[in-house]
Formats: sequence, structure tokens, C-alpha cells
Amino acid sequence: MKPINTQKEYQEYVNQKSPNSPIIKNCFNAFWVGGLICTIGQFIMEICKYRGLDNEISATITSIILIFLSAFLTALNIFNKIGKFAGAGSLVPITGFANSIVSPAMEYKSEGYVMGVGAKMFTVAGPVLVYGISASILVGIVYLIFNTQTLTLV
Amino acid sequence: MQKIGSQSIKFDNPITILETASIVGPKEAEGPMAEYFDKCLEDEFWGEKTWEKAESKIIREAVNSSIIKSKLPADKIDYCFAGDLLNQCISSSFGLRELNVPFFGIFGACSTFVEALSLASVFIDGGGAENIIAAASSHFCSAEKQFRFPLELGNQRPPSSQWTVTGAGSAIVSKNGKGPYITNITTGKIVDMGIKDANNMGAAMAPAFVDTLLTHFKDTGRNPSYYDGIFSGDLGYIGKEIATELCQTKGYNIKNNYNDCGVMIFDKETQDTHSGGSGCACCGTIFSGYLFNQLKQKKLNKILLIATGALTNATSSQQGESIPGIAHAISIENKIN
Repeated sequence: MKPINTQKEYQEYVNQKSPNSPIIKNCFNAFWVGGLICTIGQFIMEICKYRGLDNEISATITSIILIFLSAFLTALNIFNKIGKFAGAGSLVPITGFANSIVSPAMEYKSEGYVMGVGAKMFTVAGPVLVYGISASILVGIVYLIFNTQTLTLV
Repeated sequence: MQKIGSQSIKFDNPITILETASIVGPKEAEGPMAEYFDKCLEDEFWGEKTWEKAESKIIREAVNSSIIKSKLPADKIDYCFAGDLLNQCISSSFGLRELNVPFFGIFGACSTFVEALSLASVFIDGGGAENIIAAASSHFCSAEKQFRFPLELGNQRPPSSQWTVTGAGSAIVSKNGKGPYITNITTGKIVDMGIKDANNMGAAMAPAFVDTLLTHFKDTGRNPSYYDGIFSGDLGYIGKEIATELCQTKGYNIKNNYNDCGVMIFDKETQDTHSGGSGCACCGTIFSGYLFNQLKQKKLNKILLIATGALTNATSSQQGESIPGIAHAISIENKIN
């Protein structure tokens, strides 16, 4: 190995020394766990529909149940183990969102219900909300512009 | 006491480490070093309501236990040097507020334990004190909360990340005693090689370790084979490998007698700790538990302990700052020349 003198040389050397995350294994686990969560969701939805509820209400009930399950498993200290194993597989569905709100709420409960739970609850989910809502507004504006044009053209 | 070389001090009078005490959390208790610790906790809270309180209790009990083991009356202790990782070092100041001993709160990130031992030795050799407590603590849960994400968040840790050790180490340094003796200290400079990845602390701290180690050799005229063991604080597996290779390029071979406390404290295969342990308590507990025991039993007679610290906080990493490292060395020997 040749001597390292500059910061740049050292950073390159460190990059080469540091192992990468096992991407193929992570992707595979994310794929099947994410798929499983969605299948469970679909299963709940089919039951609702079978019971005679319409599509919209079934979808709402499905979300509520998945959010509840995720929050419940978070409180039992189980969801973080699933998340560690599945990564984006459990993060991307609505389960990950519920986990990202419940976990800081639990963590910061010791700082009180106002400055702890209340203020810190959205430390992880906050950016998702801010940029998610902003993006939906942008898309809405684009849709509005193009949609009205289509209307006037017709 | 005299300054030797550029960054080292050689002590004229024998400075003894009288006794040590260590308390660790449940994960450390499952690791390969468990038998050497004085107390292993069954859970991270230890009967307290918050992790911060638990950490305070850990350092308080570790300090108390070291005082009891040393058989010194409490009023014979002149000073306490202690620190931890939490903002404004609250674990040590809250934990030790009832100690009733003049207190210096210190911060050197994960190098705090050796920083405390170094300052204590200087105080004693300068005639300012006879018996001093040096202690440091860290707690996995409180550190994660402060530096990273909530514990229950379902995220994945990268392979280079390290696991903060839950625990505290405390040592009583004294003017009177029959060893093991603190013979030299080498105080490190802040070294920043531009690493910005807060999940790769080992790589950020390794250059500081190498700088202090080589300076120590130059200042004291010693070489790696002088020591039975050279131990870094918490470089972890990646940092250890980098440090070994960096030393090699500078013409020093430390492969045979060098190990890292972060590598020693956990079992990488079964404990899922990725690159190894970190935190003030990593070298604090390994020294107070394992290394001190080996020195006492004369299985090791000359060791060089170099605690490494990453001088960063959550804000600086978010602002894209690099992570400066620091390393302080202390040589501890059973015989005095």
C-alpha cells in the first residue's frame, strides 16, 4: 500500500476499505416482505368487500388496520426487527409511515406530552409530509392547467 | 514530571491505578468479555424512568464501586474527572452530584476515559492531589436518541456503523500504591481527514490514532514491540484494519500486539454489532474490566491504551461538516524504570 498524504487519497482509501451493504440480499428481503404486507392488505380489503362494503370504505379500513398493526408492533419492539430485516419492504407501505410516527412519540415521551411527544412526533415523518404534500400540490396545479386546457379545447 | 518530545509527558513519581470498576449493559453481558465486568445489567433502564437517568446511575454506581474496592475513605479523594457523550455531559454531572468530591467535567468524545486518566496523573505528579477518580460512561439508547434515530424505528444500519457500549468505567488513580503504574502520556492533536460519514466513525478516528501512536514512539523512543499490547479505544473492525495499514505505510508493524476495545467487547458474528463497539464506555469498561485484571495478574505487563474520539455532534453532521478525530495515549506498566 502506498502512503496516504492528502484527505482525498484517504477518503478514496476508506471507500475502498468500507464494506457495502449487502444490496442483493436487502433487495430480496424488501421484495418479499413488502409483497407480503401488500398481500395482507389486499386480503383485508377482500374480506371487507365480501362483507358488503364498497371499494372506498374497504380501502380506508385496510389502511386503518395496517396502521394499527404497525403501531402495535412498534410498541412491542417488534417492528424495528422487521424493519431491520426488510428495509424498504416494511418502510414503503403505510406500515413504515406509522412506525416513523410512533417510534419518536415513544422515544420522546420522557420529555413530556407537549415538548416531547407533541413536538418530536414528526421528526422522522415530517420531511415526508412536507415534501409529499408539496409534491401533491404541484401535481395538482399541473393537472389543473392541463385539464382546463383540454376542456377549453373541446 | 517532564515533557518529552513534542506531545508526551514522562512521570517521575510512580502513579498507581489502585482499583477500577466497570458496569455494563445486557448486550455487553452477552459478549466475550462478560466475565471481567463487575456488574452486568439485565435491562437498559436499571429501574429508572429514562435512559439518561439510567446512564447517570451506571456512572454513579461504577464510581462508588471503585471507591469501595480501593478501600479509601471518601474524604481522601481529592478530585474527580469524568465525562460522557450526552449534551453538556449530564450523565456524569447528574450521576456524580451527590459524590461530594471536587469535580472536573471533561469532554473528549469517546476518548474521555483516557483524557481523565491523563489529567489525573498530571494532577497527582504535580503535587495537586493524592487520589483521583477518573470515569466515563455511555449508553446505547441515550446515544442513539441524541445522535441518530429513535430505537423503535425500523431502519437498517450500514455495515460500517458501530454499536455504542452501555456502561461505565471508573478508576482510582493514586500517589501511593504498588502499580500498575501510569508511566507516560501522549496527548493527541485533532486530526481531520475529511470523513463525513457519521456511520463510519472508525475511519474518521483512525488517522488520529496513528498520529498519536507514532508521536508516542518518537517522543519516548519506544517501538511497537516494547509493549505487550497496544489497545485502541473504539476504532472497530474497519478502523482497526485502516490503522494497522496506515502504521505499516509509516514503517511500524503493530499487527502482532495490537487490538481494539471495540473489536474485543462484542462477538461480531452472533451479536450483530457490525463494525464493533464504540462510546466512552467501550475503552472505559474494557480497561476497567479486562485490561486492569490482566495487568494485576501480570499476564500483561506493559500496555499502551489509546482512546479515540470523534469530535462531532448531530448538528455538525447534518450541516455536512467532516468529523475531526482525536486520540490520547497512556502507557501503563507493572514495573517502573
